[in-house]
Amino acid sequence: MDLGQLLSYIASGTVYTVGVTLIALPSGLLIGTLLALLYVYGGKSAARLMNLYSTVFRGIPPLVLLFILFFAVTKGINLSAFWAGSLSLGIVSSAYQMEIVRGALLSVSGDQLMAARSIGLSRLEAIRYVVLPQAVRLAIPPWSNEAAIIIKDSSLVYALGVPEILRRAQLIGASSQRYLLAYMSAAVIYFLLVFVTTRLLALFEKKLTIPSNP
Amino acid sequence: MLNWLGYFERFGQNFVRGAGVTLELTVVGLVIGFVLGLLLALARSYGPKWLQQVAGAYIAVFRGTPLLVQLFIIYYGLPEIGITFSQNMAAYLALGLNSAAYQAEYIRGSINAIGEAQMQAGRSIGLTKWQTIVHVILPQALRLALPSWSNEPVSLLKTTAIVFLIAVQDLMAEGKRAATATFDFVGAYLAVAVVYLVMVFALDFLLKFVERKTKIPGMDFETSR
Amino acid sequence: MPKPILTIKNLTKKYGENIIFQHLDLNVNEGDTIVIIGPSGTGKSTLLRSINLLTRPDEGQIWLDDEEITAKGADEDQVRQHIGMVFQNFLLFNHLTALGNVKLGLSKVKKMSEEAATEKAMQELSRVGLADRAYHYPGQLSGGQQQRVGIARALAMDPRIMLFDEPTSALDPELIGEVLEVMRQLALEGMTMLVVTHEMGFAREVADRIVFMEKGYIVEEGSPDEMFNYPKFPRTREFLWKITELYGSTDKDTN
Repeated sequence: MDLGQLLSYIASGTVYTVGVTLIALPSGLLIGTLLALLYVYGGKSAARLMNLYSTVFRGIPPLVLLFILFFAVTKGINLSAFWAGSLSLGIVSSAYQMEIVRGALLSVSGDQLMAARSIGLSRLEAIRYVVLPQAVRLAIPPWSNEAAIIIKDSSLVYALGVPEILRRAQLIGASSQRYLLAYMSAAVIYFLLVFVTTRLLALFEKKLTIPSNP
Repeated sequence: MLNWLGYFERFGQNFVRGAGVTLELTVVGLVIGFVLGLLLALARSYGPKWLQQVAGAYIAVFRGTPLLVQLFIIYYGLPEIGITFSQNMAAYLALGLNSAAYQAEYIRGSINAIGEAQMQAGRSIGLTKWQTIVHVILPQALRLALPSWSNEPVSLLKTTAIVFLIAVQDLMAEGKRAATATFDFVGAYLAVAVVYLVMVFALDFLLKFVERKTKIPGMDFETSR
Repeated sequence: MPKPILTIKNLTKKYGENIIFQHLDLNVNEGDTIVIIGPSGTGKSTLLRSINLLTRPDEGQIWLDDEEITAKGADEDQVRQHIGMVFQNFLLFNHLTALGNVKLGLSKVKKMSEEAATEKAMQELSRVGLADRAYHYPGQLSGGQQQRVGIARALAMDPRIMLFDEPTSALDPELIGEVLEVMRQLALEGMTMLVVTHEMGFAREVADRIVFMEKGYIVEEGSPDEMFNYPKFPRTREFLWKITELYGSTDKDTN
């Protein structure tokens, strides 16, 4: 087995890694945002419930949660390891993303909400047109961090049999007896993925920055 | 539900043993991570340019790649060049090296916050650069870092679950053992999850206590959790 | 026969044990400019916010024209379309340009078309002298400019009455004049205005009536001439004297 074959075999796992990330991140964002809105605007009992969700889902190791969700999901529904693993990772992420969105919503001063109501916007409209657009900008840096974490945590689904980067590195490392090279290559690919993603998000953040005179 | 509680009865001892290993992993990883992290932070804040870049590269690499991959490289890869570790040693090393990268950033952040002003104050009474760092800057910086640094022990505790994948006999491994014995994967891992949760709460409580006890009167910093 | 636009009866607001104001009565006729003065923390801001229902009063009633806006089942959002508010801290929407700020209510609340909303918004911006800054963001505007945009934003909704909550208190001295000028112009055009301020020059020259509030009560009210020259209560005289010393008694001093 030559170097090229080894590398391309591992690299082909990138598709799965990216796939897992592209399912987990947005689903985590969707759930997390909805829960965050409930947390901040839903009243006392909703807030308490969300706090519980956050505490429990962030207090359990992601790997444990992943296993629980994966085995629970596959017991009931017939999903592939890829989909079950990705969605489970998304649920894990949702608790962290909820905290990010919640932090951003709270950072947009309550006064902005008041000013929006003063021109006749309803509470819902005020949140949608005034608070959320500002919150999004505030959320990007911590969200970029979360994206990096998901890319790295996607390696956990190797334990569920998904043929992503790490799994392939393991397989090819075993068959070629060149573990060091295999895992180092995997490391490089992950690094590139994280690097590119955080750079892109930083650029995106810059683009969204509201002009101001310092 | 009662059936599920039976897990604790049947595997309780194993869980406790596994939890002990988990705590051990956490503490060792934390300590290695702190020592190395402190060195890295100092290197980046006060070292010569080349050292700053080396430290920066270390941090970027260890934060930019999955811990699992780092673990595999250490345990499976290094033997190829003659360096062999036992499972536990490999785990300690991987956790420590990884944690160092994150701790370095917490510490560096608060060194910056304490910063230049305190350095000037120290030098102005005749202290050397290093004396100022040790006696003036670090005591303040480390306390300032405490709230955000407190994320690290908790995070590490959760992260240790990964090392069961190289057969370290931690809590997670006991969970798997219980699962394969009963064929109830969800139940077993749920039980393990509860134990982790308890440990996280306890650790959290302990950290908040330490934070309170070591507060410098007059310096009020928000707990960023 | 002057037509009352705003009628307040027996208004009370408490926070727990703390009484902010109680049993307040106030009438504002069409075209009136009423200036409310008094020491800080005596409930003047809370009073304004009760009028446009951002804060709900505990007791009492408020009528806007002939409708009781404090009635159960009244549509608060609807009501707020007819009451304009200008805030001490401007509170412009940071993510929108000046034009965007003024337009938002027009497109989302009044459901105007894009072109109609833009046209009207530009009109209002011209009215406050900021048509050339339409595409600037709040962060790119001075305090005085931001406040004028705030006024334009409130005016765009064609309110029946404008509420000003210490509109110049957060401004650097050189910037106060441009905002007071806009307010003066509005009063001349016949807008009904309720203004909380420390600017005595403005009060003296523009107000139809001055209301002195302290510790949650209206101590005295009357025309500027009455209040400044023949106040009925010693406390009124004391306060006016002190504040005139600080903030200037004529327009020249505030510019």
